[in-house]
Amino acid sequence: MRHLMSPLDLSRAELEQLMDLADDIKLHPDVYSEKCHGKKLATCFYEPSTRTRLSFEAAMLNLGGSVLGFSSADSSSAAKGESVSDTIRVISSYADICAMRHPKEGAPLVASQRSLIPVINAGDGGHQHPTQTLTDLFTIRSLRGEIKDLTIGLCGDLKFGRTVHSLINALVRYPGIKFVLISPEELRVPEYIREDVLDKNGFEYKEVDSLDNVMGELDILYMTRVQRERFFNEEDYIRLKDFFILTKEKMHLAKKDMMVLHPLPRVNEIAVDVDDDPRAMYFEQARNGVFIRMALILTLLELV
Amino acid sequence: MLNISGIHEGFVLDHIKAGESMTIYRNLHLDTLGCDCTIAMIMNAKSNKMGRKDIIKIECPIERVDLDILGFIDHNITCNIIKDDAIVEKRQLSLPKEIKNVISCKNPRCISTIEQGLDQIFVLTDEENEVYRCKYCEEKYTGNK
Repeated sequence: MRHLMSPLDLSRAELEQLMDLADDIKLHPDVYSEKCHGKKLATCFYEPSTRTRLSFEAAMLNLGGSVLGFSSADSSSAAKGESVSDTIRVISSYADICAMRHPKEGAPLVASQRSLIPVINAGDGGHQHPTQTLTDLFTIRSLRGEIKDLTIGLCGDLKFGRTVHSLINALVRYPGIKFVLISPEELRVPEYIREDVLDKNGFEYKEVDSLDNVMGELDILYMTRVQRERFFNEEDYIRLKDFFILTKEKMHLAKKDMMVLHPLPRVNEIAVDVDDDPRAMYFEQARNGVFIRMALILTLLELV
Repeated sequence: MLNISGIHEGFVLDHIKAGESMTIYRNLHLDTLGCDCTIAMIMNAKSNKMGRKDIIKIECPIERVDLDILGFIDHNITCNIIKDDAIVEKRQLSLPKEIKNVISCKNPRCISTIEQGLDQIFVLTDEENEVYRCKYCEEKYTGNK
């Protein structure tokens, strides 16, 4: 039995297989519509989520399976003080696979150590968000044909943005990738990403605090939201939340074939008028999230 | 001069930084060895190399103590293993790959701060720079050993 805690749990070859499967599902959804008949997905979400939870649920329903679960800690036994270990032991007897989101970092890993069913990390605090990374990689591959020789700008909250951490971890395994890390000083990537992932692999990257100056270099601009829920201090959040806003005017500085990605939800870091730009791929990215999660569920349930 | 007799089977931990022997006593769980084991702690002894040092002598079957953690606490400690009144091994201390329930994670966002009964586990992620990170949240251990 396998779990998914980090994108690095999958080798590059396994990632490619997963994306091939997602491509096939996208092309032939009918072939897969009953693959999970009789199987149940538990969505254990200890903090709010729209896209991730609904895309997991849509993925399982598209595969002919069923879903059960909770969407906030208040509506689970966590409110009564139940441990993650106890919760997963019980859920193991109700469902066949579990997607867990938790505000505490490492909670899905703790669950996986006690679980009798595959556990998927659906986001743990500011730590990892591997299925968003699978979605991002799948979107890049779908639009570019392959993942190589790209300059990728990661912009916004790079400190608490778990999607960014997971994505960097995954992309360092591909050839010719360069990172431009765009953030205010307070929200730069954590030391463990810089030291253990980027520096350790001798990776080419630069840290800047201006989006305009680097816009023209980028093949992909990955925008992120400054997340209020990660701040202990409201003043810091208010000071930093509008640091970078992508506007139609800034898009004029970008390459003609640059792609804008965003894990969503967006607040105001991308102006609404950018949505009509053909380079804005974030809604396509959200759609791709369902296909790659379908492929992941099938793989972890060993139904392929 | 204080005299403490030799031991028949056990360990002599020498060159412990003065004042650190109680930390090692606790981390090696020497208090749980049982009443057939004798432990001598020599504190603040004179040392040509260190000025002052602590020494711990432990008389017990050698398989009863897990010495891996010593490498994490201080790899300058020398560890002699005694059997039949003679030194049979001078153990080279190395950094353990994993440390369980010796240090705890300081990241308030880490699951280990709230989950009942969860072992505090740190993993060696960079041997060269002696970096340990929490197994759950990957926060670097920065406290004093």
